[in-house]
Amino acid sequence: MSAQAIVEKLKGKFSAEILDVVEFRGETTVTVKKEQIVDICTFMRDDFGYNLLCDLCGVDYMGKSPRFMVVYNLYNITTKQRIRIKAPVEELNANIDTVSTVWGTANWHERECWDLMGIKFNNHPDLRRILMPADWEGHPLRKDYPLQGPDREPYKGRLS
Amino acid sequence: MAANTNETMTINMGPQHPSTHGVLQLILELDGEIVVKATPHIGFLHRGIEKLSEHRTYHQIIPLTDRLDYLAPMSNNLGYVLAVEKLLGITDEIPERVQRIRVIMTELTRLKSHLVWLACHALDIGAMTVFLYCFRERECITDIYEKVSGARMTSNYFRVGGLADDLPDGLEGEIRTFAESIPAHVEEYEGLLTGNRIWQKRTVGVGEISAEAAIDIGITGPALRASGVDWDLRRDNPYCGYEDYEFEVPVRTGCDTFDRYRVRLDEMLQSAQIILQALDKLKPGPTLADCPKIVLPPKKDVVNNIESLIHHFKIVTAGFEPEPGEIYQSVEAPKGELGYYLISDGSSHPFRMKIRPPSFVNLQGLPQMVEGKLLADVVAVIGTLDIVLGEIDR
Repeated sequence: MSAQAIVEKLKGKFSAEILDVVEFRGETTVTVKKEQIVDICTFMRDDFGYNLLCDLCGVDYMGKSPRFMVVYNLYNITTKQRIRIKAPVEELNANIDTVSTVWGTANWHERECWDLMGIKFNNHPDLRRILMPADWEGHPLRKDYPLQGPDREPYKGRLS
Repeated sequence: MAANTNETMTINMGPQHPSTHGVLQLILELDGEIVVKATPHIGFLHRGIEKLSEHRTYHQIIPLTDRLDYLAPMSNNLGYVLAVEKLLGITDEIPERVQRIRVIMTELTRLKSHLVWLACHALDIGAMTVFLYCFRERECITDIYEKVSGARMTSNYFRVGGLADDLPDGLEGEIRTFAESIPAHVEEYEGLLTGNRIWQKRTVGVGEISAEAAIDIGITGPALRASGVDWDLRRDNPYCGYEDYEFEVPVRTGCDTFDRYRVRLDEMLQSAQIILQALDKLKPGPTLADCPKIVLPPKKDVVNNIESLIHHFKIVTAGFEPEPGEIYQSVEAPKGELGYYLISDGSSHPFRMKIRPPSFVNLQGLPQMVEGKLLADVVAVIGTLDIVLGEIDR
């Protein structure tokens, strides 16, 4: 099934949830509202066979509203197809439901996203920091987090 | 095996432990010799590569990728440059010679990575001789690395749109001789291990994981293929002209440490085949794409004429600016699917670069592979997952 057909079916089932569909370099990105992300992901897995969650990450669009985007890169091992789902998350009380019930692999990816980007995953079984020390303050991948760390001179930008 | 008491003891394994292959810490809850719970702690090698890359131009990120999986630097280079080329939309502009050399070097990298894996894995579970044999062959690949890129480990050889330089004279013959010697070497390792009763006792039925569980937890690469899933990105989503080569994807269904060992050995034979095919198809030609706004000029021009020097200076300092957009590109690295998710906002450095390291995801499967099993099997399972903490912690 082509990516367009999948998007059409997704639109048919979750018409109110789809915010945007973008094609770029042959890749399809579907932006959806975050409220029903677990249902959408379950639907993608069960009805379209996207059985592998390759990657999950957060993106910080500081200055825009909503500020964050959680990105799910999905893969179907049978048809070898990819699709990308994105869900915007607002800055205040940044949270989204966990998809670790849909794909077990999301567990660590979501921990990393919480650790580095500060997005909370509701109902996550084990939401601890994963790469930074447990007592670390702040979320280093946020755009307002200084490159050289919190206690140093702020980064002045590249000379060029 | 049934546990005989309900009392458990918690012990700490790593981060300084020879069998954890780097700085991995495991908190193990034991009931006698049985592991009740295993909790991996990672992040000791976190260098913030994703954060750093948001502050560098696209060309300046290539050396950072060497430091992800430092046992397979060229695979990381390849994944990254392919991602940037896709983002720029110049994938079709890459000259044929570049594609061939990239394939040769990444397949050598696969051999290099698998040799270190076999050496350390065998050493961990008590077979020391294999270590010395594997490092003997690995040395040949490091020599080839040095001749090609000047560095033995952190190669930084691939460039966006091409290569740092062409292969030096005479190296093709050396690579061919080495690739031709691989089957005999693999037979040697097999002679030491495959039929060895101790090796079998330590690996057969150890660390089993079913195909469904492996896909759910996201395991990719040889570890997934040993659980019976016939999936290899080189064949199924080809890049770099892999569709031109004839090779088999080794698949086994034992789901255990022994079959993961067999799959990787078979892969080494296939890699040698691919290298020989690529050498046969290798023709003289340009090693840089014809995209002057993106690709660095050849080094010999840079040191000989002022226009190329200015050109080089301009690209190094100001970089190039891909149009806004986002792409995900992955390659079949020796450890599994290595993916790069790049977002461009139209400036000279990535807005966001997320790396999908295969080891990070594969390590997540460790608790379910060891819980309920013997403590000694933990060492075998860490070895069979073939983790590198450099790419786990980034």
